[in-house]
Amino acid sequence: MDKIDRLLVDALQEGMPVCARPFASVAEQSGLTEEAVVARLQHLLQDGSLSRFGPLFNVEAFGGSYVLAAMQIPGGDLEQIVGLLNAYPEVAHNYLREHRFNVWFVVAAPGPVQAEAVLRDIEQRTGLPVCRLPKVREYFVGARFAA
Amino acid sequence: MNCDLDTDDYRIIAATQGGLPLAVQPFHVLAQELELDAEEVMRRLRRMQDYGVVRRIGAVPNHYALGYRANGMSVWDVADERVDELGGEIGGLPFVTHCYRRPRYLPDWPYNLFAMVHGRDRAETEAKVGQIAAVLGAANRGHSVLYSTRILKKTGLRLAPTTATAV
Repeated sequence: MDKIDRLLVDALQEGMPVCARPFASVAEQSGLTEEAVVARLQHLLQDGSLSRFGPLFNVEAFGGSYVLAAMQIPGGDLEQIVGLLNAYPEVAHNYLREHRFNVWFVVAAPGPVQAEAVLRDIEQRTGLPVCRLPKVREYFVGARFAA
Repeated sequence: MNCDLDTDDYRIIAATQGGLPLAVQPFHVLAQELELDAEEVMRRLRRMQDYGVVRRIGAVPNHYALGYRANGMSVWDVADERVDELGGEIGGLPFVTHCYRRPRYLPDWPYNLFAMVHGRDRAETEAKVGQIAAVLGAANRGHSVLYSTRILKKTGLRLAPTTATAV
């Protein structure tokens, strides 16, 4: 990432307007054409600097369910159980963390009933308890990475 | 806030949950794919933004790629009566990227306040965690920082269009 890429990421993580030419203002700020902005974004997605470009949905705002779950998985079983977890399309994110609770994942489902069904299925198939930590209240969700 | 979505809204969600088409006029390309009018697509997206269904439309950086390698989930045990007030304060700190109240899972898990903190290295993250501890003061009855050591999966939302329409 060069200086202009960083400028673009910084500006665009805050969001862009919904209009016919949404890249026009960021193009002007960075001294690029809109085509060049799009080409740079394409490149940043390809090389993994951006995980995604597009709308960020709040699943709960349309009835969907998003449940953070944690498990304590013994080291020897880790690869196998992670494979099992990741095979669920509902498992949206999964992180290995340094803690007794070492595997943290998010189940995204069309509703709470479907999310719970996935969590129960995971418990049955792994024989391990799943600690459910759904969000009770949201204080802040944002993007504030200085690129 | 409740927002009634119809089939076309769900089609827009299903078409963009993996990302927006990369073009100078992305909403026009999207509209073409969905065989809708571009103005109509933009009007629907703006409405979904107003209702909080869409948080924002933009870039999601991979924090590892940006050099933020010490990704810490800081978790705190604070009194339930004060968690909203304190959560608001912690969520307002400029370096906290996500802040939530979550249930405890006793006895194994006493923490009810989560704040994500990122640093270029662990020292930087620890310093930020220290600032949170300073804000909480005596209200902090215990905390921990869980560093991620591996991303096992990161696909984001993947609602099938069929299930999405059934919501």
